[in-house]
Amino acid sequence: MTWTWFHKLASPPHAYRILGRLAPWFGWTALALILVATWWGLVKAPADYQQGDGFRILYVHAPSAWMSMFTYVVMAIAAGVGLIWRIKLAHGAAAACAPIGASFTFLALATGSIWGKPMWGTWWVWDARLTSELLLLFLYLGYMALRASFDDPQRADRASAVLALVGVINVPIIHYSVKWWTTLHQPASVTKLGRPSIELAMLIPLFIMIAGFQLYFGWAVSRRLRGEILRRERNAAWLREAA
Amino acid sequence: MMRTPTSEAARLVFTRDLTLAWRRWDEVAQPLIFYVVVTTMFPLATTPDMSQLRLISSGVVWVAALLSSLLALESLFRADVEDGTMEQWVLSGQPLGWLLLAKVAAHWVLTGLPLVIMSPIVGTGLGLPTSAWGILMVSLLLGTGTLSVLGGIGAALTVGVRRGSVLLSLLVLPLAMPLLIFGARAVGMQMDGDSPLGALQLLAAIFFMALSLGPIAMSAAIRISVEN
Repeated sequence: MTWTWFHKLASPPHAYRILGRLAPWFGWTALALILVATWWGLVKAPADYQQGDGFRILYVHAPSAWMSMFTYVVMAIAAGVGLIWRIKLAHGAAAACAPIGASFTFLALATGSIWGKPMWGTWWVWDARLTSELLLLFLYLGYMALRASFDDPQRADRASAVLALVGVINVPIIHYSVKWWTTLHQPASVTKLGRPSIELAMLIPLFIMIAGFQLYFGWAVSRRLRGEILRRERNAAWLREAA
Repeated sequence: MMRTPTSEAARLVFTRDLTLAWRRWDEVAQPLIFYVVVTTMFPLATTPDMSQLRLISSGVVWVAALLSSLLALESLFRADVEDGTMEQWVLSGQPLGWLLLAKVAAHWVLTGLPLVIMSPIVGTGLGLPTSAWGILMVSLLLGTGTLSVLGGIGAALTVGVRRGSVLLSLLVLPLAMPLLIFGARAVGMQMDGDSPLGALQLLAAIFFMALSLGPIAMSAAIRISVEN
């Protein structure tokens, strides 16, 4: 088996081209799915018997909470690949993930708090999942702060990669410690195996929305990674030829 | 020439750091003073009523211990990196993780251990009952140990950075939250008459995980900081 495709993928000009071709596909499908899911979730899905229409913020809250963790894992994998095989492009991908992940985390926190106001009566409760989401935001901010504090991009890449790997080991520990610390949040009802306790008519738009968010993530990473490549390769010959 | 055994090299690093610290003991005492000062602020800021202070005492002691053990971390590797000692260690052929672990152990003896010994006195000032002293000290023993390793990783990452101390806290504190949760909870459970064993076991588990994986991360981070 040859690994040429892998090495080819790691070459900046090739990746730049591929990402440029992929980005619109990601972007437009993401937009379509998000629009469909929004309509389905806000209009078509039945109201919750307990929470009424208030539960509908779930269609933004749950996907962004999912994406906030997904992005951290992707970032850590990219950082690990960059650290082990010394692939600059992978470091670039990790750098591209961080602000997106932080935004998803912020969105999950904001929607969680808006949801909490009518349901719990306060904007903020020290509930397990909100708190671990907040800690995740701190991890993202620390990662970005460390990356920003180096002048040499290669050292920034490798130092922040170590931090991302340490962080990804800690994410489950933080999650479970906070969960054990206190709990007020309803137990996770979607990921439960067997019969899901949320009605299928409510579930379908949620899955469409998650798919839309995933594709949006693909679009945003492609765009940001292209930017990273431009910034890192600004003196390279292939760029001058392309321009 | 025969290579020095790793255990011998690690022991040398450990005693060297202790000797150096002994000659500048006032620097060692500073985090300890900070610890006492911070815990004094809570009664002043909230209430002198012991029965109310007791409710937050375990948390205050734990937060103050975390903050004060962060203070000395920034300088953990700095001098050795700046004068080239660290480069020699990297080149020495000794497993770097062990040398760094020895250094972290010395750091813990100088900053963590005094906090542990001091904590019952500080806790008593906040209304912590004597029955909780033992659990407080055991939990802090495990917690400060883990924090020294986590902080070692942070210090190794930020050693080449200007104004690294704020950054270091930003990196290390979120990682230390589980320690805070389990540690303060163990003390709280003891005070409420529950068994703190579960929380202590989790603290111990995190400690051993940090002890086994931490040196790998530390040596990777030091290599990055020392190279070029």
